[in-house]
Amino acid sequence: MTLVWLILIPFIGGLLCWQAERFGDQAPRWIALGTMLLELLLVLGLWIGSDFSLPAEGATAAWTLEWQADWIPRFGIQVHLAIDGLSLLMIALTGLLGAMAVICSWKEIVLRVGFFHLNLLWILGGVVGVFLAIDMFLFFLFWEMMLVPMYFLIALWGHSGSKGSSRIGAATKFFIYTQASGLLMLIAILGLVFAHHAATGNYTFAYADLLNTPLSETTAWWLMLGFFVAFAVKLPVVPLHGWLPDAHAQAPTAGSVDLAGILLKTAAYGMLRFALPLFPEASHAFAPIAMTLGLIGIFYGAILACGQRDLKRLIAYTSISHMGFVLIGIYAGTELALQGVVALMVAHAFSAAGLFILSGQLYERLHTRDMRLMGGLWGRIRGLPGFALVFVAASLGLPGTANFVGEFMVMFGAFGVAPWIVVIASAGLILAAVYSLFIMQRVYYGPPAEETPLADLDRRETILLFGIVALVVFFGIYPQPLLDTSAGAMQIVQQSVQQVGAMTGGPQ
Amino acid sequence: MSHDAVMALLAISPLIVVSMTVVVVMLLIAWRRNHTLSAIVTAIGLNVALLALLFGWTMGTVDVTSVLVVDDLSRFGGVLVLMSTLACVTLAHHYLEGYDGPRDEFYLLLLSAAAGGLVLVSARHMTTLFFGIELLSMPLFGMLAYTFRDRGALESGIKYMVLSAAATAFLLFGMALLYAVTGTLDFAELGAALSRDGGDPWLLAGAGLMLVGLAFKLSIVPFHLWTPDVYQGGPGPATTFLATASKVAVFLVLLRLFQSTLAFHQDWWHDLLGFIAVITMLVGNLLALTQNDLKRLLGYSSIAHFGYLLVALVVNDGLAVETVGVYLVTYVLTTLGAFGVVTLVSSPYVATGGTADASPLHHYRGLFWRRPYLTAVMTVSMLSLAGIPFTAGFIGKFYIIAVGVEAHRWWLVGSVVLGSAIGLYYYLRVMVTLFLHEPGMQRRDATHDWAERAGGMVVLGVAALVILLGLYPTPMINWVSWVAGS
Repeated sequence: MTLVWLILIPFIGGLLCWQAERFGDQAPRWIALGTMLLELLLVLGLWIGSDFSLPAEGATAAWTLEWQADWIPRFGIQVHLAIDGLSLLMIALTGLLGAMAVICSWKEIVLRVGFFHLNLLWILGGVVGVFLAIDMFLFFLFWEMMLVPMYFLIALWGHSGSKGSSRIGAATKFFIYTQASGLLMLIAILGLVFAHHAATGNYTFAYADLLNTPLSETTAWWLMLGFFVAFAVKLPVVPLHGWLPDAHAQAPTAGSVDLAGILLKTAAYGMLRFALPLFPEASHAFAPIAMTLGLIGIFYGAILACGQRDLKRLIAYTSISHMGFVLIGIYAGTELALQGVVALMVAHAFSAAGLFILSGQLYERLHTRDMRLMGGLWGRIRGLPGFALVFVAASLGLPGTANFVGEFMVMFGAFGVAPWIVVIASAGLILAAVYSLFIMQRVYYGPPAEETPLADLDRRETILLFGIVALVVFFGIYPQPLLDTSAGAMQIVQQSVQQVGAMTGGPQ
Repeated sequence: MSHDAVMALLAISPLIVVSMTVVVVMLLIAWRRNHTLSAIVTAIGLNVALLALLFGWTMGTVDVTSVLVVDDLSRFGGVLVLMSTLACVTLAHHYLEGYDGPRDEFYLLLLSAAAGGLVLVSARHMTTLFFGIELLSMPLFGMLAYTFRDRGALESGIKYMVLSAAATAFLLFGMALLYAVTGTLDFAELGAALSRDGGDPWLLAGAGLMLVGLAFKLSIVPFHLWTPDVYQGGPGPATTFLATASKVAVFLVLLRLFQSTLAFHQDWWHDLLGFIAVITMLVGNLLALTQNDLKRLLGYSSIAHFGYLLVALVVNDGLAVETVGVYLVTYVLTTLGAFGVVTLVSSPYVATGGTADASPLHHYRGLFWRRPYLTAVMTVSMLSLAGIPFTAGFIGKFYIIAVGVEAHRWWLVGSVVLGSAIGLYYYLRVMVTLFLHEPGMQRRDATHDWAERAGGMVVLGVAALVILLGLYPTPMINWVSWVAGS
């Protein structure tokens, strides 16, 4: 039942927030914070109480906890939840970033506070559902469901930032991109289910059953593409990234934190959990294309980031660049690279969240995100620029931060499989340094636009930022807890890919 | 009386009850005009008919004369028709309170149309098909033009009448051609004749003309041109009936035709239908994009939805009947929710001379901050129309895609996805309009006691059902698959 509660808590908390609005603006905020902390405690309890030792050779799953109940027997659909090291890490991340999102919007959101937190918590509930569901139907349901509150978050509380794009336009774009690609995944899921039905005579949406569906090569290829496109839109992979900069630029800070910190990770999670194990052969054949796309993403994101004037758009493009590394790591398929992907996802969640929170705090003080109007802030705000330096350093992957661990492991792990990709990708790191320095130079150094000092960080902001910095540095120095937790899950992914490699004689 | 005759009478009793209610309401109006009393008597009659229908379920398939058959499919259709009619009655009562002309006759028309729907879902002979369609459509002319002092309503009624007459002409001509070649009007016998000599050009022409006639009623592209105007102009309750009960009844008779008469298993036939389905969903969705009028937008959206439904008819195999059933249930519930809110916001009726209902989209701006629960109903309906998970609409869309994937009709499945993606744009636009805040703008609004009225409760109940069926669709699926299987 713990798993069910993990999903229900944010939903119930959201409803409470909505109704608590009548007791003033503070009530929903505290309830939302309490909800997310409860969620976090529950996950941490699971983490401490569970055993994440490596699974036996040949195992197809390493669930430490499972829960299932019949739902739609007509199609063999179940409410089937399960947790392993990977999903546990992701849910812990969700709880943590959820709490941060609540804290960072404490003063930013003043209108319709209750409804805002309803949406915020429902996004998180949907995301937790995505990480827990291992019935394909249920997974798809959560995958699509979380778009609705996100849409509201951007459309109703967003900024109408840059010229020529409205927040409603950005929200609609986000929704249509993800929903339409999601329907492609639904087709792929149904294709898989009917293929399984043709082979066995049973309808089932259970992950474990569908793993062994016999598929012809072309069918597997097309179905794999259906999954890949849905995940690629969300990750985002470059030709399908159009929604991301707009969504980030218009979203409120909490929305950006959730979007960059968690929503993008659902895509990587989906690839690791579903796209690779369900279609190992097709994925293996597709890997060079996917890695090339990742490479394009690294450079495209980094180069466009250098040309941005809007601070949040810049950070959004750096996300595209970082997700390129994630994509390369996933499709390299070695255990080291996959573990690196997990570390990188966690690290990116912290650094991107940190940067978005900082830009939100700057916006509260300056009422602009245009970097041409900034400059010389180092002397005008105490504290904030220092934190910015840490997150920028993390974002460019400086040793000592968790991002370095992730990127290094991904490149190390992928080198044996695709050396040239790694060689070119490492050049992308130089661009990362360039855009990172751009942020520092344009926003914090140089001649100040005005001399008047701005409000210092208050205690809430300081504690929040210190927390993130501590996590970035801690996992940069000692990433072992992360790696130990996800090792079992990653080994299973790696085995499914490796079998194919052994069969086809490809490089492993 | 013989046993068979008793069985037949019992099986058709819902139709009898509804027809008797028409007479009772008519006499009641002659005796004393009382709006509330008429509405209550109508509702009682419909409820009794619904009970009779539910109790008759154990009887299985009963032949009522050689032109009507009461089987599970017709009971299923009857339930949908009667439920939507009941919802319309509750909505109409509130709506017509503001109308200064005669109000009671609306219920007469509504009941007659419901009787037509009941005939139609039981039809297995061309005569009953024709009779049912006419009995369904004729009262609708009156209902749509009921508030005839408003130009919009009058236009809507007349448009529907003229185009219905054209559709009837097509239908009759088609039937005549079929009869001329085969000498029979029975669905099953026609089906046998068609499969025997399906290549006969006159038979094909007859079948094609009939299809055109029915496509008019279902507003399938290219016979959809009347839909937006009629939807926009008609009074709320009448439009609600048109969008739900009338479409369900016609679609079910089309399904029956496809099961027996028009079951060609030829590629070109499926390709043609598939093409119609694709353009219907694309045209419906594309034309809805630029609408600034909620009722017009819902009209175009209903065109698109019948395009999706056609996918099941194109496949006409495997899950198809079940898909039609599930989709119709979800569509009816969702549409009742959406039109219910429109009607409630437009209630009570206020004469404007133009289009009386609150149909421009800007009337709904910021509705959430004034009427949160009513807006929640509308939001749920929009999400359900768009097919977002955890609403009933998603289950319907799931079935449509499943049936397409099962039959490997990738083009159709692709168009459904494309259509949904386009559709999202305007559903989201409606949704966000409800939540946008515009201080100082006084717009039309539901009355303060909307939730305590029957219409309000029905609309809230419908929205709750949409969510419930989205969360736990098993009862609906079991019911429909049982209907489809028997």
